[in-house]
Formats: sequence, C-alpha cells, structure tokens
Amino acid sequence: MKESKLSVKIDGKSYQVEPGLAILDACRNVGIDIPTLCYLKGLSKEAACSICLVEVTGAKALMRSCVTPINNGMEIYTNTERVRNARRINLELLLAGHPKECLSCDRSETCELRKIAFDMGIREVRFPKTSKTEFPIDKTSVSIIRDPNKCILCGRCVSVCSSIQSVQAIDFSGRGKASKVTTFFDQGLASSVCVNCGQCLLVCPTGALTEQNETEEVWKALFDPDKFVVVEVAPAVRAAIGEEFAMPAGSLVTAKLAQALRKLGFSKVFDTQFSADLTIMEEGYELISRIKNKGVLPMITSCSPGWIKFAEHFFPGILPHISTCKSPQQMFGAIAKTYYAKKYNIDPRKIIVVSIMPCTAKKFEAKRPEMKDAFKYWQKDLNLKKEDEFYDVDYVLTTREAARMIREAGINFSNLNGEDFDEPLGISTGAAVIFGATGGVMEAAIRTVHEVLTGKELEKLEFNALRGLDGIKVCEVDIQGLKLKVAVANGLSNARKLLKDVGDNKSPYAFIEIMTCPGGCLGGGGQPFSADGEAKPKRMETIYQEDRNKPLRKSHQNPAVNALYKEFLDKPLGEKSHHLLHTHYSRRQEPL
Amino acid sequence: MNPELIKLVEEWKGKDGNLIMILHEIQNHHGYVPRELSLELSKMLDIPLARIYEVITFYNFFKLSPPGKHLIRICMGTACYLRGASLILEEMKNILGVQEGQTTKDGLFYLDVVRCLGCCGLAPVLMIDNKVYGKVKKSEIADILSKYIKEE
Repeated sequence: MKESKLSVKIDGKSYQVEPGLAILDACRNVGIDIPTLCYLKGLSKEAACSICLVEVTGAKALMRSCVTPINNGMEIYTNTERVRNARRINLELLLAGHPKECLSCDRSETCELRKIAFDMGIREVRFPKTSKTEFPIDKTSVSIIRDPNKCILCGRCVSVCSSIQSVQAIDFSGRGKASKVTTFFDQGLASSVCVNCGQCLLVCPTGALTEQNETEEVWKALFDPDKFVVVEVAPAVRAAIGEEFAMPAGSLVTAKLAQALRKLGFSKVFDTQFSADLTIMEEGYELISRIKNKGVLPMITSCSPGWIKFAEHFFPGILPHISTCKSPQQMFGAIAKTYYAKKYNIDPRKIIVVSIMPCTAKKFEAKRPEMKDAFKYWQKDLNLKKEDEFYDVDYVLTTREAARMIREAGINFSNLNGEDFDEPLGISTGAAVIFGATGGVMEAAIRTVHEVLTGKELEKLEFNALRGLDGIKVCEVDIQGLKLKVAVANGLSNARKLLKDVGDNKSPYAFIEIMTCPGGCLGGGGQPFSADGEAKPKRMETIYQEDRNKPLRKSHQNPAVNALYKEFLDKPLGEKSHHLLHTHYSRRQEPL
Repeated sequence: MNPELIKLVEEWKGKDGNLIMILHEIQNHHGYVPRELSLELSKMLDIPLARIYEVITFYNFFKLSPPGKHLIRICMGTACYLRGASLILEEMKNILGVQEGQTTKDGLFYLDVVRCLGCCGLAPVLMIDNKVYGKVKKSEIADILSKYIKEE
C-alpha cells in the first residue's frame, strides 16, 4: 500500500509532501532551495557542514535539514533571522580556515564554497585564521592531486569512494584541527588502493581534489616545431564538453570539438572512436575464440582503467577473465606511432600523442610501464636505446583540461561551424560512439560478433536491455541458437556484485562489461562539473543520437580499420595485434 | 602476529566494534599499533586500511610509533599553563627535536602533553616516568634530561 502524503507547512505555506524524505529534499521538491556543502542525495549523510539549518516549530535547536526526516504536521521555516545568522556563522567559520587562493584555484569557477558564500552575501569574514597547520599536498598520484588545506571535511569523497566504488582508499584521520581526509599512514594516493576514477573529485565542493594538470606539457609540445602532435578524443567528451562553454547538457559538439582542436595547433585531429572500432574487432574475435576453444569465460571488458586497477587489487583471481585487449586510448597510441608513422613516413620519436578523455584514470593507464609497445616495435629498426624510450600515449587531458586550453586560446567554441576529423585515424562507426555510455561496449561487440558468427546482417542494432543508467543490466542474446548471456555493470560497487560469482566459477554469463564510473564514461571523473543534476541521461541520449546519425554503425564496417588490417595488422588476434594491441595484468597490493 | 592475537581476531570477527577491541589489545601488548599489524588486521577483518588509520588517529590512546624508554608528560592544565608550561614544552621540543606525541630518534624519550597531574601547587609540573618535577624552570630542563641520558 502506498503511504499517504504528509501535510506540512513550509515558510507559512501548506504543502503535501512524500513521506520518508529529509526536510531538505522535501523543501527542494516544492521549489525552496536550502544551501548545503556536504549533502548528496541518496549518498552522503555526513551532516558535516551545518549550512542547511532550518527552524522547526517546537524544536529547541535549529535542525540540519539534510538528516532530519520530515513528519506529518511539521512547521518549518527556512529563512528566519535565527536561521540566517546561524548559517552565516557556520559558513564564516569554514571560510576563516580556508586558503584565500580563489583567483588561481583550479575550481575557481566551479567552487561550491565560493558560490554559496557569494549567494549568501558574505562579504566579510569576522573570524581570523588561527590555525597555522599546513598540511602537505598529496601529489603522489599521476591522476589526482589532494590538497587537504582546501578541504572542508564534508566527507563526500569518503562516501563516494566507499559506497559507489567500494574502494575505500581514503578516510578521515586525526581529530580537531588535525582532522583531514587521507590514506593509510598518509602514504599518498599512489600507494593506496585508489583506482584513480576521480569520482571523489566530481563531488568535491572545493579545490581540495583536482586532476594532475598536463596542459602545460601539451602547450609546450604544440609550440615545438620539431614535434608532430596528434590528438585523439574519446566518445564521451563530445557529449559533455559543450557544458564547459555554457551550452546545455546533452549538446552534441563533435564537429565543433574537432575544429577547436585543429585551431589549437594539433597537426592531426584523430578520434579514439577509430581505435574503439579496432578494439571491438580484437575483443569480438577474442570472445569468439574463447567460446569456440573453451577458453576462460565469462570474458570481461578491459576498456576502463579504473576497473583494471580495481581488479588487480581486489580480485586478482579473476584476471584471466579480463580481455587482454588494451583500451581504445592505448590501441590508438600504439597504432599512431607504428602504422601511421610508417604509412606517412614520420619519425615515431617526433610523434606526440595527446588524448582527451572523460577520465582521470586514463592518466594512470598511459603511464603504466608496459605501455611502450611502439617503442619496442621500433627498437631494432631505429636502433633505439633505453634513454630514447617513449610511451604510446604521451599526455592525457581530461574534458575539463581540454576546455581550459580552448578557452585560453580565445576560441569561441559555441560559435564554431564545425569540421571533420582527419583521415584515416579519425574515421569511426556508430558502434564506437556508444562506448561512452554504460552498456555501449557490450552492444557494439554484439553487433560485430553476431554478424561474424552468422554471416547475416542484424535486423535490429539497438539492444535496449543494455541501455540506461541502471547499475546492473543483463540480457540474453540469441546468435542462431547460441544463447549468450551477458551482463553490464557500472560503478565498482555494482561490479563487485557480479564478480563474486565469477571468482567462485558460478557466473551464468559469457561476457561482462564493466565500467568504473556510474553511467559509464559519460559520467567519468574527467567530465565537466555539471550544474545540471540530469546531465547524465542527457549526455547518454546524445551519444545514442550520434550513433543513429552515423552512416556506418558496426565496427567491422569501418573502412579505415579494415585498411589497417589489410596494410599492416593482417588479421584480428594476429602476431602484430598481439604485440601492439594486447596486454597483461598483475596482482597489486596495498600499500605499494 | 602472535597466536593470542589471532585467537582474539577470530573471536571478534564479524562483531560490531571489533576493530577497537583488537586495536586496544595490540596497543596494550606493544605499546603502539605497529604498521605491519594494521596490514594484517585489514586482511583478516576485511576492513580497509584507511579506516583502520582513521580509528588509530582519532583516539589519543592509540600510538603510531613505538613508545620511548622514558615517558615525559608535561602538564598543560590551567594552573601550569598560567605559570608558563608552554615555555617548558617549547624548550622540551627544542632539546629533544620532536613534537608532542612523538618519540626521539634514539628511542629514549616519548613526549606527551596532559591535562592536570593533580599537584597544581607545584605548577608548572612535568613527570618523567613516575617521578614528578615541580616548579620547573625553563633553564632546568636540560639538566633534568641529562640524568636520563647519562644512565644509558
């Protein structure tokens, strides 16, 4: 039976509200906003910031509206003198201890603390900064920087890391003025189980968590006449970067993005979607081979580097289940510095590969010591020495960093007419676009595997059971009598639910897709800080729209990928693929 | 890990509050919580390392480093504070080269700050192990410490 609605009075007006809500949510539902710096709906209930105070008739003290459930007959006031004074004092206390570096802070524009202080009309802070404790900044990670001095101890990052990702790399430590969020023994993120997903960074209200900024290095390369700098762009970036330029969430800006990057000075503007199609060829054939040769099943996707590190820490026993395919980012780097360099006669040492990713973990992936396969490929022919060593992918920028560079260059992004990507590594199909949404890699793989196995064209390309924002999605695919059970998980706590069965050899599935971030790459830790709470479904719709608009929608139809096999790789899972496009994983321990 | 501790862990596995109980036992046994034991506990109890570190650093009772041979307690209670205990503490930190809550490099002294040792008439007061030093002057600190150093 559905519980009946509650009658409450908010600011003197009567409302009927849903039962079971916190006062804060009930107020927001009827259009009254209450400021908060720690609350996240359905997730963080630290009640740490004390900004969301309201007056409830009959209650002695002011109540924190984020943790006080709404009751029938309640009379709530959100804007009294008492409420206003208390909120302001609490906010001023937070500001007193906060560094005044807003002008040069990474989060200057997007800082919630700054915005709330402005909106609440704080123009003067009554309290002097008394604490002189300076915490060291954690720069150990190649993905994420933590500055505890800017932290307001709201606890959102701790909540996300534990509940959404089930990683728990960070927690509070110390007490009083020594309180901070940190890793075990303050050893830094790099020595912890942190998977570099950056979900903490997305929820941080201040500049305490930021990505490792690589824009300076990229500018340097772009201005170096001796370098041939190429860029690859991940699918999810084009569905979100518009938000950085005040365009509404879900704006599709593929062509504008390609043009903006060309204006920045990249020699060639390529597409990670090209190598996403390539990934589907390799991964599709790997799945077929595992099924035919009774290999290790279920096979699990390997595109998401946060997931890979998670498995290496928490599920080392299932590593043989993970596809040996490198991610599209890494396949691109390896192909750009071998096939492309050869075809266009460019010295691979002069090629700089920059990738633009919705992801902070991709920075870590690019710097994995084994990701130097192009170097190994050329080592003998070019007589390369140890000191000549180069990575397949040189620099990784998040969507936000790319947007910063575009702004810095004075490019009026939203007014660009749009241009195409360059050939051949900029050609892609619809199957590659949908990599950006949870379920997309699975759908793209099925489109190809189905046609390779049956030799017949698929009637319906859309697999709706695999779409949407649910944490776990399952589906059974019938390939001419071969019933393939598949599952898709996004968010690592959801992945954990599927992995236990895999570890116990009880998994009913043949193929599992795992994406680290909720929603898949479109919700990645490198994406814009969205003011729109509904940005994810909008970005998702954009991605599927782009797929529908593509003339080719199956990876094995990509003419540039087929040319790559014909001219260079020979065949999927062939000798060259083995060296350039596949990798291995190993057990990790914490602390490292 | 000693067998008694393993037994204790087994006993407390899956029960609420198990981490604190076990950490207490480790603290009592070793005088601090050795890092390696935190690593083992994390595996045995399936509790994240960051969480263990949170608990150890939240409660003053738990120490992260081995205790010194001699425990120095400087009183910062009201009476001692008013009679200049902070000068005594500063001098102590300078001579020993440690902050409160730390052990000297040679392992000889552990410096702690406490609130009231119950002899305010002698303020400012400090204790080394079980011996009380009252009406201490900053200039006497070096002398007091040297006795313990000479014993070595």
